[in-house]
Amino acid sequence: MADEKHESKTITRRDFIKKTGYVTGGVVGGGVLGGLLGSEVWNTTTDPEVAPEELQQHDQALQYFKSRADFQVLSSATERIFPADELGPGAIELGVPYYIDHQLAGRWGINDREYRQGPFYKGEPNQGYQTHLKHHEIFDLGIEALEKYSQSTFNERFAELEGKQQDEVLMAFDNDEVDMSVISSSLFFELLRTMTFEGVYADPLYGGNKDMQGWKMKEYPGVQMSYTEEIESEDFVEMDPVSLHKRFNT
Amino acid sequence: MVTKLPKTDVVTVGVGWTGGIIAAECSKAGLEVVGLERGRNRETQDFAMKHDELRYALRYENGQDLSRQTLTFRNNSGQRALPMRKFGSFLLGEGVGGAGTHWNGLTDRYSPYDFEIRSKTIEKYGESKIADGLNLQDWGITYEEIEPYYVKFEKMAGISADETPLRGERSEPFPNPAMKSTPAMDLFIETTKNMGLDPFVMPAANNSQNYQNPDGQRIGACQYNGFCERFGCEYGAKASPNITVIPTAEATGNFELRPNSEVIEVLHDGEKATGVLYIDTRTGERFEQPAEVVALTSYTFNNNRLLLASELGTPYNPETQRGTIGKNYCYQVIVGTDGFFDDQKFNVAMGSGGLAATLDNFNADNFDHTDHDFLHGGSILMGQYAKRPIANNQVPPGTPRWGSDFKKQSIKYFNRSINIYTYGACLPHANNYLDLDPTYKDIHGYPLLRMTFDYSDTDRKRGHFLNEQTKKIMQEMGATHVSDNESMEHYDITEYKATHNTGGVIMGEDPETSAVNSYLQMWEADNVFVVGGSAYPHQSGYNATATLGALAYRASEGIIDYSKDGGSLV
Repeated sequence: MADEKHESKTITRRDFIKKTGYVTGGVVGGGVLGGLLGSEVWNTTTDPEVAPEELQQHDQALQYFKSRADFQVLSSATERIFPADELGPGAIELGVPYYIDHQLAGRWGINDREYRQGPFYKGEPNQGYQTHLKHHEIFDLGIEALEKYSQSTFNERFAELEGKQQDEVLMAFDNDEVDMSVISSSLFFELLRTMTFEGVYADPLYGGNKDMQGWKMKEYPGVQMSYTEEIESEDFVEMDPVSLHKRFNT
Repeated sequence: MVTKLPKTDVVTVGVGWTGGIIAAECSKAGLEVVGLERGRNRETQDFAMKHDELRYALRYENGQDLSRQTLTFRNNSGQRALPMRKFGSFLLGEGVGGAGTHWNGLTDRYSPYDFEIRSKTIEKYGESKIADGLNLQDWGITYEEIEPYYVKFEKMAGISADETPLRGERSEPFPNPAMKSTPAMDLFIETTKNMGLDPFVMPAANNSQNYQNPDGQRIGACQYNGFCERFGCEYGAKASPNITVIPTAEATGNFELRPNSEVIEVLHDGEKATGVLYIDTRTGERFEQPAEVVALTSYTFNNNRLLLASELGTPYNPETQRGTIGKNYCYQVIVGTDGFFDDQKFNVAMGSGGLAATLDNFNADNFDHTDHDFLHGGSILMGQYAKRPIANNQVPPGTPRWGSDFKKQSIKYFNRSINIYTYGACLPHANNYLDLDPTYKDIHGYPLLRMTFDYSDTDRKRGHFLNEQTKKIMQEMGATHVSDNESMEHYDITEYKATHNTGGVIMGEDPETSAVNSYLQMWEADNVFVVGGSAYPHQSGYNATATLGALAYRASEGIIDYSKDGGSLV
């Protein structure tokens, strides 16, 4: 499959229908096609040969974190949770730290659409998230605590520790052995862990899963419009993954 | 300031499956219907970009805005209830179509045993078989009586299936043939047949072929591309209110859909409702919508909350066990087994929300309970729902939760693991109920609903029994490793299980022990119909949607009759 970036974005209506398989179902209402075909992408022309600007990762800058040091702590921690190995890239190469940075700067960071009224009580674990702190505040405290715990345990900055030592630190957070006073360290760790996996496997449009490498490792085909032909297959069907970017722009 | 609007024949509070069915049936019969829906309108074209696990599945794009309203939860009345601040165990919907837009499409009828569960249990096992504290009640309707309404729902939604062994007798075949089967489903079917069980392909609302329903609405053929539960269908191939009953209602000219309209109170004089009070969520304006009939067609929780906040009906008191509103809240016992196959890969990314093989040998009273210390059971399913990569990182027992080994194993087993699980029954216990929270309020200052719920001993025993069955089947299917049995110690609101919350405004024959009759008409206010899962006296071992659809068809008939003659329908 050709690299998405080098494919022409100009396309005819007929090509679109052919490529997407949108009408294979037969009774697709005009609504779906109308909505897509009517969008501005139909007038976009990009020179497929020269697009050097696109090759730069303009989204790899900080929206939320202010210091490189904090971002480094976050990056090293995510890499231990999802490390690079012979199977493929780890969290850093996949862009996971940027994914988390962007999420913290956005709606998830401020717990948008979650119930935020007090009073706040600790509660039982099966009653769920009960802190007055928002996600972004938990990450601030968590990164501060990671740094502090590393200094007091190994007399070294977290990002400078050996991988094994970093694992020990993270394990202590995971096992609630670190005093973070207002929240349990495991709450921070669980959010960090969850956000790391999101960054590995969410659609690349969010800044992680770079070049769909998370999906490729998992042999996950991404956004396919129909499996009617393959659903009964006895054999495992290998497919090049497709992202929403491609779906939207072709 | 409240603006009083012209009176309508029927107002529905919520426009999902139940509100949509009532709107369609009543407007076809010539009644003027207004549908108030607090969320926004949605159409098929709104789902063009829905193949986005993060946005829809994990950030709940189709979910209720919990910052405006949620509920509080505790396991027992000795605890302090705290707000469900994030989604977890179930997915409350919002917007036109309600949870009927983002459901999976698994479509079961309940068993004949369910509707007469108390009588049939006593008849076969004696009253002592019913454990202390279980408020087991008959539904006030038999399977034979509800059967024609199931047929209506199935035809409207184009349900796809061939045969359903061990289920109630059918007066008509399914409108569409069963969906395609996959190798994983075939393995389940073949294995369980060899075990002497009776598997079949699950009835699904994800249509197996293009279909036009009796109202003339068209449903597309399922493309098996996944993204069903938590998502809307971009092909219009999963039956939802948005592509079936709502356009049917609109075509009559007698239905007015008002999205962004949040009902905050049912207005009444103590005997009858006079209408509802609602807020336009965009302008903040308040309106009174007078109506001859008020149909509460919201989700189970909001049906309960509105009645309690409006002081309509008698609240259930757990001390005296008198009163009905909030009584018999039930959920579902969900347990299962992951199987890890070292030498076999499945196409797990393919599938559909309703695509599954299932069996009922351990459901309802299909097996003898004489030697078991629980009643009822559950369906067992091998679903091919299309696994998504963020949420699915199943690893064999003993694997660390993160790090190098976790990465290797979660990647290795993504396409090499499958799951068998149950929809287990949940029987009503005197200690499980819904009432108003004394502390926490919604965005308008009304109290939140408070859920007091835990598994009772009988639920735990049933869960353990069913988990043993899923494990045994998975082992027989040849899994290299299987997961450990699930803990049933306490209900946990943080982990997703099922959006099958039922009860609180239950149906029955007796006004002392039920809130609504078999037309879902309130005993204490005969022009109020409370329609939905809120009417179930207990939760059965099946998926919950078809039954609320059937009951909504029956309630529509009741509303039409009531509009002619008034009075109690039974």
